[in-house]
Amino acid sequence: MSPDVLRKTSLVTLSILAVLSLVSAVAFMTWGARGSWSFVLSFRGTRLAALIIVAYAISVSTVLFQTITGNRILTPSIMGFDALYVLLQTVLVFTLGAAATSAIDPRLMFIVEVAAMVGFSLLLFRFLFSGHAQNIHLLVLVGIVLGVLFRSLSGFLQRIINPDDFVVLQDRLFASFNITDGTLVGVSAVLVAGVSVFIWRMRDTFDVLALGRDMAISLGLDYQAATTRILILVAILISVSTALVGPVTFFGLLVANLAYLIIPASRHRYTLPAAVLISVLCLVGGQTILERLFAFDTALSIIIEFAGGLFFILFLLKGRNR
Amino acid sequence: MIEVSGVSKSYGKTLVVDGVTLSLPKGGLTSIIGPNGAGKSTLMSMIARLLPMDAGSVVVDGLDVTNVSGDVLARRLSILRQDNHLTARLTVTDLVTFGRYPYSKGRPTLEDRDHVERAIDYLGLADLRHRFLDELSGGQRQRAFVAMVLCQDTDYMLFDEPLNNLDISHSVSMMKLLRDSARDLGKTVVMVLHDINFASCYSDHIVVMRDGRLFLQGTPTDIVRQEILSEIYGTEFRVHELDGNRIATFY
Ligand SMILES: Nc1ncnc2c1ncn2[C@@H]1O[C@H](COP(=O)(O)OP(=O)(O)OP(=O)(O)O)[C@@H](O)[C@H]1O
Ligand SMILES: [Mg+2]
Repeated sequence: MSPDVLRKTSLVTLSILAVLSLVSAVAFMTWGARGSWSFVLSFRGTRLAALIIVAYAISVSTVLFQTITGNRILTPSIMGFDALYVLLQTVLVFTLGAAATSAIDPRLMFIVEVAAMVGFSLLLFRFLFSGHAQNIHLLVLVGIVLGVLFRSLSGFLQRIINPDDFVVLQDRLFASFNITDGTLVGVSAVLVAGVSVFIWRMRDTFDVLALGRDMAISLGLDYQAATTRILILVAILISVSTALVGPVTFFGLLVANLAYLIIPASRHRYTLPAAVLISVLCLVGGQTILERLFAFDTALSIIIEFAGGLFFILFLLKGRNR
Repeated sequence: MIEVSGVSKSYGKTLVVDGVTLSLPKGGLTSIIGPNGAGKSTLMSMIARLLPMDAGSVVVDGLDVTNVSGDVLARRLSILRQDNHLTARLTVTDLVTFGRYPYSKGRPTLEDRDHVERAIDYLGLADLRHRFLDELSGGQRQRAFVAMVLCQDTDYMLFDEPLNNLDISHSVSMMKLLRDSARDLGKTVVMVLHDINFASCYSDHIVVMRDGRLFLQGTPTDIVRQEILSEIYGTEFRVHELDGNRIATFY
């Protein structure tokens, strides 16, 4: 395809997605609203903002993670990143106790958790991806094992924790797509905005990174610095999304691959926005339909995980892992 | 000039490049030959700072490749590796345009576009320029990668088996293209070759590696000799003088 056709096709696709996302957002805000508009709008507005932040965080972190790892099947959550976040939370409440944890300014707390998360994920990543020959199936296996390990450790600690602390912890961890906590959404928005500034500054390097380590280096990119920076951004985004809605394993895989599918050429200027828009469309549109049409409240995560999981299996079977 | 001094690399306990010291003069075409597993690709990757070395140093035009900023080196030296897999889905033009990244950082200027068009034409890819790489044959894809390296327009160009997948006519035109850029544009071309006769007819200098060591180096006349080739490869060779070139047969 010629560059002009590529650009046009991508832009048209993005516009369609944008319109659909907008429609779903408007539907989310207004459909079936009863009573005082100012209450409905502020209540639903918080939830909409949370959904959009989560959609953005998951899709961007997945696409960038896949760019630096050079594969389209591993995602930060499949590699156990969000299970790690849950473990960190649990350890924190376990060691400090719920009272002390709740006494800390939630914003400070969030920052500390994110920092710990960044540190751990850097270590993990360096350890896993530093070798030259990477066996993708081995990595998937390692990721799943790590995820199980983190989850079981969290489960173990949650069992021996004192019951009062557990209630607090549960409150923090088992959030659904039904977020109403304005402060948390605010902190998340600020963090995500900060991350986005760095992403914007680095935007010209993503396509080069996608060529793989060797080509990126021979084209003069400081590969180590660039991947480390991106990994930090990914860890922050995962922390934000996990703090808001808990672990979501396969959703990122689904939206990233749909984006690669509908955008003809791999250019991040198109694939990144496409992944974000698809992600917003799935979460906001899905939530609207489930709530308003079927009056279900919590089923969205199950459906999304189911679809994503199917996709993952399909992918493994088709062997499209390069 | 590329000065390689005492470069070593080992994987686990196996020494795969063993204290290689070598200097490659500026300008001209150098071929590196040797049996499979001799360490040719490993050495080349270390010269191009893609692989850290365990000992020794590589200096290109006075710049130590381990210390110099990657960005500066990318405008002096380029490399094409033996195997190139891409996850990204790119057209030929997209790929070749990446060759300009060291100059334009992802925002190609008109001048960059000229370079891209020229490189595409040189490699006979004009009709394929809008194709996706996964829609090309192996040889066409190989030519697209070579076009990308040409487009980087560096004084030093390293190619690891550039003739991979190419038919005879494309091999000949690629060798001519690279020799001409060495001769007419003063580029320094270093390539790993398995075809002795291409090495013999087109090189100014031949470097022989065996078992991780520098085994021999010299002009084609020094190297392309019956007893030497037989010793390198452990196979019977016969060398003939044909139209001023030394041609080896080994069937
Ligand atoms: N990542 C690695 N881990 C372990 N051993 C390796 C690795 N890469 C290369 N080797 C070994 O190092 C030796 C040299 O490899 P290298 O690729 O440099 O050979 P080569 O001369 O380029 O061979 P060929 O002509 O087959 O391309 C080989 O014995 C190879 O098995
Ligand atoms: Mg090799």
